[in-house]
Amino acid sequence: MNLHEYQAKQLFAEYGLPVSRGIAVDSPEAAVAAASEIGGNKWVVKAQVHAGGRGKAGGVKLVSSADEAGEFAAKWLGKNLVTYQTDAKGQPVSRILVEACTDIAQELYLGAVVDRSSRRIVFMASTEGGVEIEKVAAETPEKILKATIDPLTGPQPFQGRELAFQLGLNSTQIKQFTNLFLGLAKLFVDLDLALLEINPLVITEAGNLHCLDGKINIDGNALYRQPKLREMHDPSQDDKREAHAASWDLNYVALDGNIGCMVNGAGLAMGTMDIVQLHGGSPANFLDVGGGATKERVTEAFKIILSDENVKAVLVNIFGGIVRCDLIAEGIIGAVEEVGVNVPVVVRLEGNNAEKGREVLQASGFNIIAATSLTDAAEKVVAAAGGAK
Amino acid sequence: MSILIDKNTRVICQGFTGAQGTFHSEQAIAYGTRMVGGVTPGKGGQTHLGLPVFDTVKQAYEATAADASVIYVPAAFCKDSILEAAFAGIKLIVCITEGIPTLDMLVVKEKCDQLGVRLIGPNCPGVITPGACKIGIMPGHIHLPGKVGIVSRSGTLTYEAVKQTTDHGFGQSSCVGIGGDPIPGSNFIDILTLFEADPQTEAIVMIGEIGGTAEEEAAAYIKEHVSKPVVAYIAGVTAPPGKRMGHAGAIISGGKGTADEKFAALQGAGVKTVRSLAEIGNGLSELTGW
Repeated sequence: MNLHEYQAKQLFAEYGLPVSRGIAVDSPEAAVAAASEIGGNKWVVKAQVHAGGRGKAGGVKLVSSADEAGEFAAKWLGKNLVTYQTDAKGQPVSRILVEACTDIAQELYLGAVVDRSSRRIVFMASTEGGVEIEKVAAETPEKILKATIDPLTGPQPFQGRELAFQLGLNSTQIKQFTNLFLGLAKLFVDLDLALLEINPLVITEAGNLHCLDGKINIDGNALYRQPKLREMHDPSQDDKREAHAASWDLNYVALDGNIGCMVNGAGLAMGTMDIVQLHGGSPANFLDVGGGATKERVTEAFKIILSDENVKAVLVNIFGGIVRCDLIAEGIIGAVEEVGVNVPVVVRLEGNNAEKGREVLQASGFNIIAATSLTDAAEKVVAAAGGAK
Repeated sequence: MSILIDKNTRVICQGFTGAQGTFHSEQAIAYGTRMVGGVTPGKGGQTHLGLPVFDTVKQAYEATAADASVIYVPAAFCKDSILEAAFAGIKLIVCITEGIPTLDMLVVKEKCDQLGVRLIGPNCPGVITPGACKIGIMPGHIHLPGKVGIVSRSGTLTYEAVKQTTDHGFGQSSCVGIGGDPIPGSNFIDILTLFEADPQTEAIVMIGEIGGTAEEEAAAYIKEHVSKPVVAYIAGVTAPPGKRMGHAGAIISGGKGTADEKFAALQGAGVKTVRSLAEIGNGLSELTGW
């Protein structure tokens, strides 16, 4: 689960980390009022969406009057911001963060993730902060400094100092950086984060470290024990159909092809999409109905798949490990009856009672094409959807 | 021979009296697995499925000398359950549960390594040595004792590979689902090492997915250390790149992790890759001449 910048900064502030005074608003009037309340004569206004690259996309602006802050809010609230990290539709802007302006002497990068290879939380820092950090990492990996957190001892001050010295900071800044590092590492563990990023972490003209941005991603598996973070969830940033599917325990991702796919298991669902494409077709979605493919969930899955108008045929691929395929076949027929499916449905059933399942489908009288193998299924569904491209 | 488990492996189940633990223990017993008891705190002294129930893993271990424990407890309690088994002296722990917080797994994995405990999973179908011992949720009837070792990150994709090697008559020495989580207890390299050393295993099927760099690391390992023929399939060629937040993920992975990069790394290591998951069995035939 992602947080907005303003939420990340609230958390940073709670952990005593240096952030600008800011107010998140949801109307132009509130933006004007926020600028006045913060005071000064320069502010930064920032569209709040779950994506990076906002600055280049026009979603961040330096303004020098409260009215200008209001105009920026009027321009963006209710609109979608498209950045290179979003899809083509972009993400809706429902809040604007109005912040005191910070003068910048230098931009650093500081991020942390759970690294699968080392099986550790790894902090990464660089003097090359800003939007080109990935290029820096690819071309000059030695400029990305790393500190690895031992899961049994936790973060230690010396690790913060090591990074700070390598970043070339002065003695005051080394103390600030070490505190920042320890605070962020504590926050990472306390709040079950998967990703944390401050880009840029700036050195102000007065020489102090300051968190100018904040990105936080929380481990979805840990949300059960993070009630405060659950409340910070902003459903406007989620894809509507994906969120609806998730409420049925269905894992759905919309794609732009014309062959709907319903599969049990995430790996097999990806493998099914791949084999459809290999035979010249184009998958309309990823959909994992999970282990317990009951009639109700199969029905709901059909509804979700068919809510995509591009779908010209549906491929159901179920490997019945423990569950009986004849029961799944009855579920599919029930779903087709209830939903009123009017595109061809190709079904491949394998595993427990697969033969009986195919007989049930044949006898149903519906436009259901039983496939005898995975390859056969892929060929049949591609043909049913109008042939290979 | 086989890897990890055989007909003599003594197995206990944590979460034994729950719905999942009961169902899959029944299936395991019917398959011939040597189940010797189970653990459910507060139900010690009872008998379940004809086997003794213990309050703690320590008691179960002392009474049964179990070699392995399979865990079906809910995700929120898995860190505790895995560590309980590890500290009790169990040397092979198979955790089926999905949804365990990643930070729990960082600590669990580190401690298991220190204690010399082998952990399989979490979020996996388990381990099976066909005809001898089944620990997990895989359907036993699709397996056939034989000569192919299968290691996979995905449950249902493992079943596809199993079915094809059964249909071709090759059979399986052992099948290991290492699970799809970011921090698995065992990775491809751990299992490839075991298959390479196992005389019954004549060829290896490896099934990967997009994300992470485990397949690339396995490819480098295979190139240096695996002499047996390996067929690999990677799922996710058509998966769209996910929506991104920031740069940290891209920096740490160094731009690796796509299916195409994994295919290329494996091919570079002399592995036969198949682009269709229906071709795993045929790929083995071509590679081995079987």
